[in-house]
Amino acid sequence: MTDTAIPVTTRKDWSSDQEPRWCPGCGDYSILAAVQMLMPDLGVRREDTVFISGIGCAARFPYYMDTYGVHTIHGRAPAIATGLAVARPDLDIWVVGGDGDMLSIGGNHLIHALRRNIDLTILMFNNQIYGLTKGQYSPTSEVGKVTKSTPLGSLDHPFNPISVALGAEASFVARTHDMDRKHMQETLKAAHAHKGAAFVEIYQNCNVFNDGAFEGITAKANRDDMLIPLVHGQPIRFGAEGQKGVMMGNDGALRIVDVAEVGEANLLVHDETDAGLAFQLSRLSHGPYEPTPIGVFRSVDRPEYAEMVAQQLAQAGEGKGPGDLQALLHSGATWTVE
Amino acid sequence: MSTTADPPAAPETLRGVIIRFAGDSGDGMQLTGDRFTSASALFGNDLVTLPEYPAEIRAPAGTVAGVSAFQVHISDHDITTPGDAPNVLVAMNPAALRSELAKLEPGATVIVNVDAFDERALAKAGYPEGHDPLTAGDLKGFNVYEVPMTSLTRQACEPLGVKPRDAERSKNFFALGLISWMYTRPEQPTIDWINQKFGSRTAVRDANLAAFRAGHAFGETAELFDHPYTVAPFEKAPGVYTSISGNTATAWGLIAASQQAKLPLFLGSYPITPASDILHELSKHKNFGVRTLQAEDEIAGIGAALGAAYGGHLAVTTTSGPGVALKSETIGLAISLELPLIIIDVQRGGPSTGLPTKTEQADLLLAMYGHHGESPLPIVAAYSPSDCFFAAIEAARIALKYRTPVFLLTDGYLANGAEPWLIPDVSTLPDISVPFTTEPNHVDDDGTPSLWPYLRDPDTLARPWVVPGTPGLEHRIGGIEKEDGRGNISYVPENHERMVHLRAEKVAGIARDIPPAEVVGDLDDAEVLLVGWGSTWGAINGAMERVQADGRRIAHVHLTHLNPFPSNLGEILHRYPKVVVPEMNMGQLSRLLRAEYLVDAKSVSKVKGLPFTAGELESAILGVLDD
Repeated sequence: MTDTAIPVTTRKDWSSDQEPRWCPGCGDYSILAAVQMLMPDLGVRREDTVFISGIGCAARFPYYMDTYGVHTIHGRAPAIATGLAVARPDLDIWVVGGDGDMLSIGGNHLIHALRRNIDLTILMFNNQIYGLTKGQYSPTSEVGKVTKSTPLGSLDHPFNPISVALGAEASFVARTHDMDRKHMQETLKAAHAHKGAAFVEIYQNCNVFNDGAFEGITAKANRDDMLIPLVHGQPIRFGAEGQKGVMMGNDGALRIVDVAEVGEANLLVHDETDAGLAFQLSRLSHGPYEPTPIGVFRSVDRPEYAEMVAQQLAQAGEGKGPGDLQALLHSGATWTVE
Repeated sequence: MSTTADPPAAPETLRGVIIRFAGDSGDGMQLTGDRFTSASALFGNDLVTLPEYPAEIRAPAGTVAGVSAFQVHISDHDITTPGDAPNVLVAMNPAALRSELAKLEPGATVIVNVDAFDERALAKAGYPEGHDPLTAGDLKGFNVYEVPMTSLTRQACEPLGVKPRDAERSKNFFALGLISWMYTRPEQPTIDWINQKFGSRTAVRDANLAAFRAGHAFGETAELFDHPYTVAPFEKAPGVYTSISGNTATAWGLIAASQQAKLPLFLGSYPITPASDILHELSKHKNFGVRTLQAEDEIAGIGAALGAAYGGHLAVTTTSGPGVALKSETIGLAISLELPLIIIDVQRGGPSTGLPTKTEQADLLLAMYGHHGESPLPIVAAYSPSDCFFAAIEAARIALKYRTPVFLLTDGYLANGAEPWLIPDVSTLPDISVPFTTEPNHVDDDGTPSLWPYLRDPDTLARPWVVPGTPGLEHRIGGIEKEDGRGNISYVPENHERMVHLRAEKVAGIARDIPPAEVVGDLDDAEVLLVGWGSTWGAINGAMERVQADGRRIAHVHLTHLNPFPSNLGEILHRYPKVVVPEMNMGQLSRLLRAEYLVDAKSVSKVKGLPFTAGELESAILGVLDD
């Protein structure tokens, strides 16, 4: 790291010379553009930025960023990024993967990176399908999904990625989608600013194997009625005129209500520090056919892992003094032969 | 037996003795053996140990399955094995006697805790009803001493106000005191150790001290024993010695490597027997800048290490066979990324869970071939507990210089076994540091300087090690095949073939950078060459002495580098009429030698979870010679 001022950059500076090789019309393009355009605003240096990915369509992402990057193996990106983050807390590390990469083969690494609170910005592109292997159902596909590997429909109950992340003790959990660059950038900016593990689920359209999976909620015409923006400290309401909202009933359950009927004062006010509320909100929608919350579900301060590792190292150094190898070799019982 | 109360008889001097402490898992036999070893080390003996314990933390008490034993061989001369057949057995219960008796030499001394030989305990040990081995003639020919260790320990602790049940727990220290008297071990190191270890728990400390002193006094006064024995110190090279186990030596070797490389050490690991002690030891030394991450699984252990290597640390993952299997895919990635990484396999009996606490050498072919695609990597093996220190530095040297994952193979016997070690002067350790690349290494056609991440050093074929944070050298790497030099994704058939060959040539070329194999023994006229690797070194040495004493001519070469082999190995193998390869596997090195050198390498195999004894190897070698 250098001490000089962070140079002013543009999207071009953050774009590598490699031509993206996703299918034409893939939602990944809009996510890549959003990230490349956002980077100049984040106050970071290219040389200190690292993108780590696993395997899958989304995992091609690092090749297109003119930063440091490693395209690793299926599911392991959070583990590899964990080692890098602990070794090099000075770096700004992003992890990119899909729903199969992060919730199926790599589910274990994802939850452990989250609970340890490693300082990573984790982008999970959720297209509810396996794209790179040409169209098998994924751990987020709806039950009954007919694919090449499930001609009679899948039997597997899907994961709710936001619930998984919350259950894994994530300190930052958010959702956005590939059809709204502004929302994506706001969400990613907040995720990047968060110290610790930040998990962002990005609804992403796979126009070849699962086209239109989120259209019912993310298409321009549907957004107002189907996406529920979460804003910390604000009543949770949506609809073109803000005519709908979320209220907690006497039974403690959340329900969608007409504001006119219940009155604004009775709407639930979003609190991103309330774990129980975040979990309930993650369960409000059962799929991309019902009104679905987007934005930051949860954001709380929790000690970051690499920082604690560094503290332990510093404390050990203060307590024992810097390591002396010769003394270490003599630290057991010794005897002298004259 | 003496019947007078005259001054104690002078100790009888022995050249060496093999003592086996055995009892229930909960009896503290490993501790007892360890303390006896430590006192003997401080006394100046040469020594080799063989701890053996069940995989269960608490196997059913009193059963043969629950027996934990510790064998120690002490001598006044250079020894390399824990000994074939113990001269002395300390049996704390019937199960220990039953499981260990057959291992003893004829006429051996057997000291039993007679208090433990009640009907219930005999039944638990599996003796038929009404059969007491102490009276039934099982011990005919042995020199038996029945000592009521439990009750004497209780008595010794009574004045301290310790409850009898608690006092009984100190009976291993009674045994230690007795054996310490028998072999004239200095008492002070054990007393100091008890004070230091149990200082904060005064009741336990005092009970252990009382039991230890009572055991010692019992030997002196009970008139059970004729006289004590002594084993003189071994006239070793001058210097300061310590007793070291393989796992500790490995951990210290890694710290040394980190200092000699001027890089912080990073360990990503998941607990597994018998490798966990390396993690434990390294986690104690954070003041050396050591970062240890206990990962969520074996895959994350190596993944995190690889991430740290990418970030410029000296990165290590430690495991045993089952863990290597899980790490296999990431090893492939490390080979493709060409980053330095040390993979330590403390081998144990397999396959699957196999024998977690027992030793084996059956992962050589796993290390060599257990990864997908054409994926060669260097393999280094340690031959003794203390050699683990130097083997770790050597593995690090190769990994850093050639930017490659390197396997370091040790095994359960080396890991837990201990030996005296002449502590090296750290200023004599090699400098293994390598520079990071911080400047462009190529000029594009248009004159722009650029980084080609796979442009190789012409001598080593190593690619540049560029760590994130280096301005101007931002680049992407990955597991997909890369274009030679430039490093971009390439599916070009000729390029893939070139890259496969380059990766192979890089590893093969390390043969130019390792010491030639050294033959010892009857160099000119040996009838047979023994080729060994790893922990069989001690037994091979012991066997050689015996075979030579039998009047036969024999030579030995022991391999530290198993891939690539030393460049003179082929010539050595063809120099002798017969080649014998003793291994604790079904003949893995002998297969490699046959494949590589077209030599009729005969395998001598043992897969019992135990090291070879010198006697077993002696007979096997004589068998081959007379074939």
